[in-house]
Amino acid sequence: MNWDKDAIFKALGDSTRRLILDELSERNELTLYELTARLIMKHNLSISRQAIAKHLTTLEDAGLVKSKRKGKYRVLMFNNEPLKHILTGWIE
Amino acid sequence: MKIVVTSIFVQDQDKALEFYSEKLGFVKKEDVPVGEFRWITLVSPNDQNGTELLLEPNDHPAAKEYQKKIFADGIPATMFGVADIRNEYKRLLEKGVKFTMEPTEMGKITIAVFDDTCGNLIQIVQK
Repeated sequence: MNWDKDAIFKALGDSTRRLILDELSERNELTLYELTARLIMKHNLSISRQAIAKHLTTLEDAGLVKSKRKGKYRVLMFNNEPLKHILTGWIE
Repeated sequence: MKIVVTSIFVQDQDKALEFYSEKLGFVKKEDVPVGEFRWITLVSPNDQNGTELLLEPNDHPAAKEYQKKIFADGIPATMFGVADIRNEYKRLLEKGVKFTMEPTEMGKITIAVFDDTCGNLIQIVQK
């Protein structure tokens, strides 16, 4: 798959979005509500659910976050594939 | 002005009445036939003149959609206050209530979330 570098760097260029990835890499498969609770509780962010949903769209566009249905729930997952592809070109 | 009634959408009024009274311990206050459905409200046992909880049928397509979507994202439909959340958590677990979030401290408050089996997630809070 051809990853869109601009979309990936745009997604990573924001500290809240990096925090979202931190949370998802630590504990994969969070619902939107759990993610919101963790951002507010652990990181003391004052952020609305709407704002988080917007950040998630940016992350999803870059392929860094995926979501799937799990029973009655929709869970969010971190996908680090795009990062691997970006770095191999420079590092190897 | 004060809040007299607050409502929650439910898939099945009978099932909801059972869950909210037998599992959660609320007391039925009104149960009046209104056309095809009923006007059912519940109150807290120790505050029977307080705010009533209306079990509203989710008959409207928009209500169904709303309920399904916030449930899927893990978002509670409403919140009730409890004096001791760990006790309450234990009591409800013993009654077979399924929690999606166990008691979790969030700054000065502690919250937990359970499934009301009628299409909603309910948050309880101790503050």
